[in-house]
This record gives sequence, C-alpha cells and structure tokens, in this order.
Amino acid sequence: MQKEVSADKAPDKSSPIDEDRRSNAPEELDITTIRFAGDSGDGMQLLGTRFANTSAVFGKDVMTLAEYPAEIRAPAGTIAGVSGFQLSMGPQDIYTAGDMVDVLVVMNPAALKSNLEHVKEDGILIVNEDTFTAKNLKKVGYDENPLENHALAGYRVFPVGISRLTALALEPLGVEREQVNKSKNLFALGLICWLFNMPLDNTLNWLKTKFGKKPDVIKANTEALIAGNKYGDSNQLFATSYVIKKREKQKQPGTYRYLNGNSALSMGLITAANRADLHLFLGSYPITPASDILHELSRHKEFPVTTFQAEDEIAAIGAAIGASFSGSLAVTSTSGPGMALKTEFIGLAVSIELPLVIINVQRGGPSTGLPTKMEQSDLFQALWSRPGECPLIILAANSPKDCFDTAIEACRLTLKYMTPVIILSDGYIANGSEAWRIPSMDDLPEMKNEFYTNAKKFHPYQRDSKTLARPWAIPGTPGLEHRVGGLEKEDITGGVDQSADNHAKMVHFRAEKVARVVADIPPLEIEGDKDADLLVVGWGSSYGAITRAVMNATDDNVSVASVHLRHLSPLPQDLGDILKRYKNVLIVENNLGQLWTLLRSIYLVDAKLLSKVNGVPFKISEIESKIHEMVKG
Amino acid sequence: MAEAIEQKELVRKDYVSDVEVRWCVGCGDYGILKSFTVAMAKLQLPKEKVCIVSGIGCSSRFPYYVDTYGFHSVHGRAPAVATGIKLTQPDLSVWVITGDGDALSIGGNHFIHMLRRNPDINMILFNNQIYGLTKGQASPTSPIGKITKSTPFGLIDGPMHPLPMALTAGATFVARVPDTDGAMITDILMQAHKHKGVAFVEILQNCNIFNDGAWFPIAKKANRAENSIVLKHGEPMTFGADNTKGFRLNGMNIEVVDMEKDGVDISELLVHDAQSQDATLAFKLANLAHPEFPYPVGVFRQVEAPVYESGVRKQEHEVAEKFGNADVEKMLHSGETWQVEA
Repeated sequence: MQKEVSADKAPDKSSPIDEDRRSNAPEELDITTIRFAGDSGDGMQLLGTRFANTSAVFGKDVMTLAEYPAEIRAPAGTIAGVSGFQLSMGPQDIYTAGDMVDVLVVMNPAALKSNLEHVKEDGILIVNEDTFTAKNLKKVGYDENPLENHALAGYRVFPVGISRLTALALEPLGVEREQVNKSKNLFALGLICWLFNMPLDNTLNWLKTKFGKKPDVIKANTEALIAGNKYGDSNQLFATSYVIKKREKQKQPGTYRYLNGNSALSMGLITAANRADLHLFLGSYPITPASDILHELSRHKEFPVTTFQAEDEIAAIGAAIGASFSGSLAVTSTSGPGMALKTEFIGLAVSIELPLVIINVQRGGPSTGLPTKMEQSDLFQALWSRPGECPLIILAANSPKDCFDTAIEACRLTLKYMTPVIILSDGYIANGSEAWRIPSMDDLPEMKNEFYTNAKKFHPYQRDSKTLARPWAIPGTPGLEHRVGGLEKEDITGGVDQSADNHAKMVHFRAEKVARVVADIPPLEIEGDKDADLLVVGWGSSYGAITRAVMNATDDNVSVASVHLRHLSPLPQDLGDILKRYKNVLIVENNLGQLWTLLRSIYLVDAKLLSKVNGVPFKISEIESKIHEMVKG
Repeated sequence: MAEAIEQKELVRKDYVSDVEVRWCVGCGDYGILKSFTVAMAKLQLPKEKVCIVSGIGCSSRFPYYVDTYGFHSVHGRAPAVATGIKLTQPDLSVWVITGDGDALSIGGNHFIHMLRRNPDINMILFNNQIYGLTKGQASPTSPIGKITKSTPFGLIDGPMHPLPMALTAGATFVARVPDTDGAMITDILMQAHKHKGVAFVEILQNCNIFNDGAWFPIAKKANRAENSIVLKHGEPMTFGADNTKGFRLNGMNIEVVDMEKDGVDISELLVHDAQSQDATLAFKLANLAHPEFPYPVGVFRQVEAPVYESGVRKQEHEVAEKFGNADVEKMLHSGETWQVEA
C-alpha cells in the first residue's frame, strides 16, 4: 500500500506514447497528490477547488492546500504572481494535502519553475505549452525552453495547447478574448477530470448556479470544460487514465459535504448561537486569511446574524464587546496583526467577564509578515500579549472540519464561564478543504443560556460557586441597572474598588475561573502505540501530518504515540502525567518552539522540538524521519 | 425578562446612582451631570432602557454616577462599544460620554465613523481643551501657543475643531452648548434624544484645575450675551444684550452687523436653517471663532437620514423573508452533499 507521504515514485510506469492505451482499463491508484499552478489571474484556486469538490462528491477522501501570493495580480508571468492549489485524494482517510506531487498542472513557465521541486521523480507534468514563449521564458530566467531541451527528462511531460485549444473550442460562440482567457482553467479541469475518470456533472451544475444570470459565461465555461474532457478522450497523448481505488474501510455513514476551515468556523458559530437561542454578532475588519469568516457570516443574516464591518480592528472587537454586554453571542475574527490591535479590548473583556469569541486565523509574522502563508506562531501572543494578569481560554482547531467543533466548543465555554475564548486557526486549514460528515443536531452539546433577571438578589460580580461565572444581566432588564468597566471591580458588587486585598482577590478569581475549565476538557486521546518510548505532541493544523506520520511509522514497526492538544489554556488535566510516562517527547509546531517552551516550563519535561517556519505546513515525511531519528537514538 | 416594575413617575434623583462623585470641586462636569439627569426625568426614560458608554478621561467616569446601565470602556473606543450595543438592542437610549482627548485624539477614527453611520446614539463631548485625568497635557483642541506640562514652551500644532469635523463626517444632529447654561444643556440633550439618528453635542466645559477659564469669555453668564450667539431654527441670527446685533451674509462670508449703528433691518440678517440638507451654512457657523465673532451655540444642524441600526435590522428581515428563516440543518446541508450508506 502506498503511504500518504509517497516520497518515492509516481504510480504509473507506462509510456505516454503507448498505442494501446485505450484498450487498457484505467490504472488504479492509491493516495495521489495533484497540484495546479498558474498566474494569480488564471483561476487556479477555482480549478483546484472544483476538482477537489468533484473528487469529494465522488466519494474520495480529499484534503487541500491553497497557496497564493499576497499580491492580487502581480505582473503576469512572474514567479511572484504564481498561485497554487494542491490536493491529496485517496481511498482511505486523508490527513494532509500531500507531500510530493504526482501530477502537476502548470499554466505558464513561472508556475513550472516555482513548483517543479514539489514533483516526484517520474511525476506527470501537464503544461500549457502556449505560454512558453521566448518573452515568458525570459521573465523567469529560462535561457532555453524546458519543454524542448532535456531539463524535464525525469518527468513525464504532456505539453497541451490549453490557451489555443480553449480559443478553438469557444470560436463558434464568438466570445471576447477575455472570456477565452477566463475559461482556460475550465479546459484544464475537463482534461484532469478525464485523466482521473471523474464526472463533469457537478461542475456543470455548479456553473449554472454560479453564473445563473450570465448564460454566455455558462456556455463558454461549459464548452471549455467539455473540450478539455474530449481532448483527453480523443487524443493519443496520454497512455492511460486513472481511477482512485475503492475504499477499503467504509467511511462512517451519513451525509457529507466538502468545506474549508473558515466556512466550518462560520457554520459552527451560527449553529452554536442558534442552539443557545442568541443573536449572533460578528465585529470584524478585513484581513487575510480571516476575511472569509466575515463574508460567510454576512451571507446568513436570516438567523439572524449581524455582521459589522468596523472601521478598524479595534472597533471590531469594541462593537463585539458592546454586543455581548447587551446580549448577543459576540465574535470578532482576525489574524495576528489584528490581534495585536485588539489587545487592549481583550483585556477589558477579561476584566468585565462577558462572553466573547476571538478568532485568530494565524499567518506568518511578525508584522505584516506572510499574509497568505500559514504559521502557528501566535500562541504566546494569545497567552500573554495583554497587560496585567489576564488569563483566558484558548482553543486550537486541528483541521478544516474540526473548525466547526472548535467553534461550538468555544461558544459553549464562553457562555458557561463568562470569559473570552480565543480560537487559533491558521491559513492552512482556513483555506484548506476536506470532506465533512454533517453532524445531526443530537450529536452537538447542549447550549442553554438564560439571562439573569432576578432584581431582588442581583450583584453584578456574584459568582457561580462551581464555574465562578458572574451573571449575564443585559440592558433592558428592569432593576438590574449596573455599570461595568476596566477599572478593578469590587468582589460581588462590581463597584470600582482599587484596594489592595480586593485586587489580589479578583486577580485570583480570574485565574481560577480559567483554571476550572479543565473540568470541561475530556481526557486526551493517545494515538499510535500507547506503550511506546516516544510521544509526539502537537497543536492546531499539524494534526494531520503528525497523525499520518505516526501511522506510517507504526506500519514500519516503529513504536510511537501521539497526542494532540485542542485546549491550550487551560491545558488538559492529564497532560502532565502523559508527558511524564514517555521517555522521549517530541513537540512539532510551525514556530520556534512556543508550545515546547510552555510544556518544558510547566511540566519540567526535556521535550525535543521539531520546528518549521517557512510558511508551509509540515510534510508527513519531515515528521516521519524525525520519529525514525529519535527512535533509533 | 423580569416583569416590568410598577410604573411611577421618575424624578431626577432616581437617575442618580449611589456612587460618590469624584470630580474636582468646581469642575464643569457637575453641572452637566445635573442637566443630564434633569433631561432624563423630563423625558421619563425607563432607567433600564438607558445605557451610557464612555471611554477614558475625567468625563468618562460619568456612567458610574447615573443609575442606568453603564459601560466605562477603553480610551477613545466608546463609539465602537455603543454601536455594538445599539445593533443588539436598537430600542435602548444609548449615550456616549467623551472628552476632547478621548474623542478627537485616540478615538478620532471611531468618532468619524460612528457619525457617518448615523446610529441613533447621542454623543456628548466635554471639551475642556486639556488632558485632565493625566494632569494637564495639551489636547487636540488646545490652541496654538498653549503652555501645558507637555508643551512648556508653547503648543506648536494647530487645534482640531469638533463641530466642522462632525459636520464633515455627516452627523445629522450637531449642537454646541456652554457648561454654564444648565437649562440649555437639558434642552439640547432632550432634542438630541428625540432626534432619530446620531446626535453630536459639544459642551464647552471648564477644567478648573488644569485649564481654568478657557471658555470664560464665551461661557461666563455675564459674557454670554455679547460673546455667543444662540442659533434657533427659523429665526434671524441675533445676539447682544438687547439682541440688536446679528449675522449678515456678505458675499460668501458671514459678517457681524449692528442693526442700530449700521442701519440694518432685521430682515437682512441670516435666518438659521438647521434642517437644510446642505450643510454649508452649518459648516460656516461652526468655523466662526471667538473673539472675531460671537461663538455660535445651539443646534447647528438637524436633518433626517436613514438610521443605521434600522437599516441593519431591515436587511436581516428582508433576507429572512427571501431565503426563509433560520434553519441550521438547511444551512449545513446547503451546496453539494453526498451520502455514504451504511
């Protein structure tokens, strides 16, 4: 069985000029990784998303990775403007978007040049040869056309005149040149669907929905899609076509859909608010890679959802806090630089002890950093960026679909404990997609909420004896008029009180309240060999790569266990004991060792670190070889 | 919600909280607080329906002293908090209390954007031209040359003028009042409350510790008649002890005329039109400075415009009508789905 890392050769060995290819049944493949790359304006994200969607609907497990530049339209044909979309699909559970690429589809020389390093030896290259002009080659520093010399000798290269053939297919429609240009990704999609024996139906339906009011666009895109598909079918170029093997282990029965992390977060928030019978309020300011949460929630005003696009990051959280004070389930969404701006208000939210969900879709930092690339380097920021002793709850989502559950968990905890919750997601899972089994409402936790109304007994800072939560008494409620603010409050009454003993008491209350959340954290699940000597620990989006690496190592008879943290503040109760049970602990994270530092300092374990900070997620193989290295000692 | 408490007539004292007021003795804020609670009682606003939001600064302690819902937020950002409150509970009477540093310096951005959105929120800016709570630094409204702790050799950067700013930002109700005229404050706050849309009120407030007397030439009772002019919608703009002086338009400019000395008939004076959609006159009046002109006070502008939170709610209802009401299951199953059979 081919491993998901599949660092070796591509599956097919047949010659591209095999004359008998059509008599061959399609070749069966295991886990396969495909990458689409082109100019930012070439529609690569759309092409990739549509193919991933088709594969998912067709029953394949899929995980995707979007790689796009921070510039919207960098100069055409330059390396800076290359946008890529990678997906891995297979007949078993897929945990990452794949390490090395089996099939690379490139729309221009820049895309070839910047992506070739990702392609396996003997991998398939489908190249839009029309763009390999002297001018374009020169732009990216090719002295010679790599399609014509031996530069690509180690690969199976299929030059296709994608631009020319799209133009030819659309000629009878008499459409503008611009439309031809826009449709060539559909030609490529048609071709790749043919290559992997995927149906076109769902893309045809999607085109109708997407461009419902523009019949000309539907027609042009449909023609391009079909032309690409026919080209594969009728041309002698490819030796064979492929199918992904049937699943060995049946997926859990149910209704599935395909979604990315930002959509999953948004739907989780709506679901939670609906179950708690609360108005959902989002205060947000556009920032990559978090803006899609604002977009998605803005599409669902019927729940009702109020989305407030504020004048800046600070106003976005300020409005959310005002909304929470007056009874909304309030959320603010951003990325690291926005978190920095929200810091003062987060401190206020901790001080006034109101529910608030703060989403940080992390990207590479510091400062503006890498807006479109992932990193997990805002853990310390989430923990400690605020003045004063300012603890709050921190959760990390570990995959696109897990964003849904994390959103629900964040809402549940913030309502139960009346203190803010930070959700850490990142650019990888925010834009990455996978298949998701839609949960039934019965599977979801209870989300009861009642506003406080008893005017006879009301004290704004009288705490629940178990959770230490204070009552949520909202404006409009007669007899409960009270004031909140950032000045230190007197225990029980909530009046301003800056006396020494009271401050100490309140500092401890706020810390204790967050500490008590451990009662809500289920025991950690250890994957792999529980009795191994080595434990791999991760948090957030490295879950997939770690899990698959541990599975692969186990298949190689290497004994290793892993545990993945969703709750980062407070840490799970059983984590300390688990860490101490293992001779070696390896912490894997996309930063310079933030969780590593934290766990070493709290639990005094001599954990080792596998760090990666180049803006892309871990490869399975990177973790796997570190496991091998540590086990061998 | 608890049952409504039995309706009884509310008096001013009902709006006064039991928190001891800690402004300096002689501070202009006391008079404003009193006029505010008088306005509350005159309006008979149910206490639970009032929410006062502030930032940071002396003025921002205001919410603690009023027995309604209150929120002492962070420096400069009260408009953001207030907007979130108004969007959640549009039927609350929401008041933002702010100062010149809070609103115009650290909170300049939020000030502009709240005004342009036109939520039905009333913002009262206590302008004392100084930082009081941090003990006496120059503020964005301090005049050039002002000696303060942070400008011992005189202030170099020019001041910001709140009213022209508010008008430019699109505020639909703009007023100015001195802190010495309690009746006028109460009247203007009541008008602000009744106005549907954002109301911006600048109060010329005396900081008797760090900037004593900054507004005295205009605000002192003895000086008001000569050095200020009260704008009244639909009436000619007159001032002076006997109301014999006034404003006349000369070309594009406003000039001061003495009806007796200059032989000008009252019909030649400018007539105030606060309700004109064209804010040019309000803008010109807002830019008049003392001592070249008597300082205009009163309501500069009051116009109707769509109210932000009403628009938001309306859109939410329209979307619900068009796409059907909240249905989580439907949302989760939207788009392409497929079945895995058992």
